[in-house]
Amino acid sequence: MAGAGGGNSDVQWCFSQVKGAIDDDVAEADIISTVEFNHSGELLATGDKGGRVVIFQQEPESKNQPQCRGEYNVYSTFQSHEPEFDYLKSLEIEEKINKIRWLPQKNAAQFLLSTNDKTIKLWKISERDKRPEGYNLKEEDGRYRDLNTVTTLRVPVFRPMDLMVEASPRRVFSNAHTYHINSISVNSDCETYLSADDLRINLWNLEINDRSFNIVDIKPTNMEELTEVITAAEFHPNQCNTFVYSSSKGTIRLCDMRASALCDQHAKQFEEPEDPNNRSFFSEIISSISDVKFSHSGRYMMTRDYLSVKIWDLNMESRPVETYQVHEYLRSKLCSLYENDCIFDKFECCWNGNDSVVMTGSYNNFFRMFDRGYRQDVTLEASRENSKPRSVLKPRKVSTGGKRKKDEISVDSLDFNKKILHTAWHPLDNIIAVATTNNLYIFQEKLN
Amino acid sequence: MISTMECAADAQSLISISLMKIHNSRTQRGGIKLHKNLLVSYVLRNARQVYIKEKYAEIYRMQQYEEVMTVCNEIQELNPLDLDAEDAEDEEQAAAHARTSSAIFGCSPLDDGSKEPDPCYYRSCCMEPSPVPHCDQFTANNSSSSSSHCNKTTVLDLDTHVVTTVENGYLHQDCCCCDALQCGQGARSPARKRKVEFSCCVSDVEDVSDFTAARKRAKREDCCYSNIDYTDTSNISNLISIFGSGFSGLLSRQSDLEQICSKQVLASLGAWTRAIVAF
Repeated sequence: MAGAGGGNSDVQWCFSQVKGAIDDDVAEADIISTVEFNHSGELLATGDKGGRVVIFQQEPESKNQPQCRGEYNVYSTFQSHEPEFDYLKSLEIEEKINKIRWLPQKNAAQFLLSTNDKTIKLWKISERDKRPEGYNLKEEDGRYRDLNTVTTLRVPVFRPMDLMVEASPRRVFSNAHTYHINSISVNSDCETYLSADDLRINLWNLEINDRSFNIVDIKPTNMEELTEVITAAEFHPNQCNTFVYSSSKGTIRLCDMRASALCDQHAKQFEEPEDPNNRSFFSEIISSISDVKFSHSGRYMMTRDYLSVKIWDLNMESRPVETYQVHEYLRSKLCSLYENDCIFDKFECCWNGNDSVVMTGSYNNFFRMFDRGYRQDVTLEASRENSKPRSVLKPRKVSTGGKRKKDEISVDSLDFNKKILHTAWHPLDNIIAVATTNNLYIFQEKLN
Repeated sequence: MISTMECAADAQSLISISLMKIHNSRTQRGGIKLHKNLLVSYVLRNARQVYIKEKYAEIYRMQQYEEVMTVCNEIQELNPLDLDAEDAEDEEQAAAHARTSSAIFGCSPLDDGSKEPDPCYYRSCCMEPSPVPHCDQFTANNSSSSSSHCNKTTVLDLDTHVVTTVENGYLHQDCCCCDALQCGQGARSPARKRKVEFSCCVSDVEDVSDFTAARKRAKREDCCYSNIDYTDTSNISNLISIFGSGFSGLLSRQSDLEQICSKQVLASLGAWTRAIVAF
């Protein structure tokens, strides 16, 4: 019926908040390019095409409104990356933030990694709510006092001030990738992380920014023999020696760093044979994997290709254990989608906290949830029309047959410019963040 | 095996769209996206395979049809007593047909009006995904049928943005045969036409001057897409040489046909290779 979430088929989703400009005229710099909750779910980070990172913080639950979890408000905004120019190759390096990954919190400060096509940066986000006052040699505004006027000595003291959140770059990891970085992933050891571009994966130590180890290299000797590229990579959530990377050919390779320094030989290869009946001009494009995510348990992993989401058991390489069709009605439209470049859209996917539900985006600002336990799926829409506070989201349906029922949308009416590529699920609660082109929607489970 | 629903006409438009995408990727902000270009080259490969198979099948059908017609005509012409001569010609046909199947491709001879004409051009030397109206022009005027620019390969070097024209000897020969086929149906005797058709590998094809003249006339013709809104077509339409280059790992080695095509095209495609590699 209505919902999918948390293993309970009765979950209903309500609108909570929307962030971003209301204008239909979207500035390219405002296009959201990545969304990520931190490990506690208290912080929600977004990156955009303009190279900025915006962090939202959840307000503590108020006693006045127990039926509603805290709202997310802007916590910090900073410019992470700037456009650069590679003079040797005569090409511009976009400032677009491709990925953000939070580090597990160790102290009062928060750390995150953000990356564009070429450079990864480690940012420290810290709070300051006190400042020292009563300096002897300086005025309060910072000007130095005339020494002749200093007649007494006092000890400066910390006094409360308005909360200030500072973001400072602690490390810059650059010049390690020839091709465009598509993924970063922090290891469970909290000391290392990997970065992946089209042809190589590098291993870094978070403390050392002038050295990295290349652990995967699929570049052929002759580039004309290139047949596949790396599309995503992720460390296992529990096993610090294990990582996976997906390819444009629809395969996923699992590698064990204990086996050898260079992990070109995979430990496992996950691939599903192609259905020959579905062969078309675009078979290679739609089988390219755009995202791979381990389940929180580490037992499963999920992959997203253009039309479907697949759940793989790490113990079975021959085929996925579950396959969910996201928008199968697009299969007959692939030619048009190729012409308008939509077929190259890279949709992401995510798990809920207990791995019972998966979510991914689609077109027309639709997003889909698949409940693995109850075998239910639901299509919801992120739109300003449904943005009354705590209004329950109504399931949407795309009509595929000839006869369109009431409230259904025909395939030809779908707006392919409104796409949801990035979604994130709170690690503990049923709170989701869904990014449309330039708006961030936050939905929560309806609590009675 | 691509679904049979995908016809050669779709393949043509896909090829031109794909080439345009690759061309545009050079000027996109952030540099060439390797992943996207790789996927586009897969579409190119698939479209080319479908197109070649369709064309080859059509040539085969046309040749079979023509052979049947030729034999029928000869039977009418021949003295019933000249049976030895007919047998010899049949043998020649069989042998030459085998050579033809590995040498001629992509160019379908014009028919005599009983079948819908197809654009006559080699995909490997120049791509004119011309729609039906263009073909009608072929039908109307045989002498301009060689307007397919088959004699030259025009290559846009994406590094220097220089357009150069490459004479491709092998393909040049094929084009001569192609032209011969086109022009030969009415004016020539069937026997002579077959001889020209099967000697596509021979450099001294007769009546080259006629074909040259026809090609010169044809050069002035505009090649435009009737159903695709690409204005910058003059370069794009000649860039079919992308087929052989880019990622040779995608090339099918299954048929001799494609091997010959890819080898010849690869030989002249350094610029296009750089278009994809570009790092």
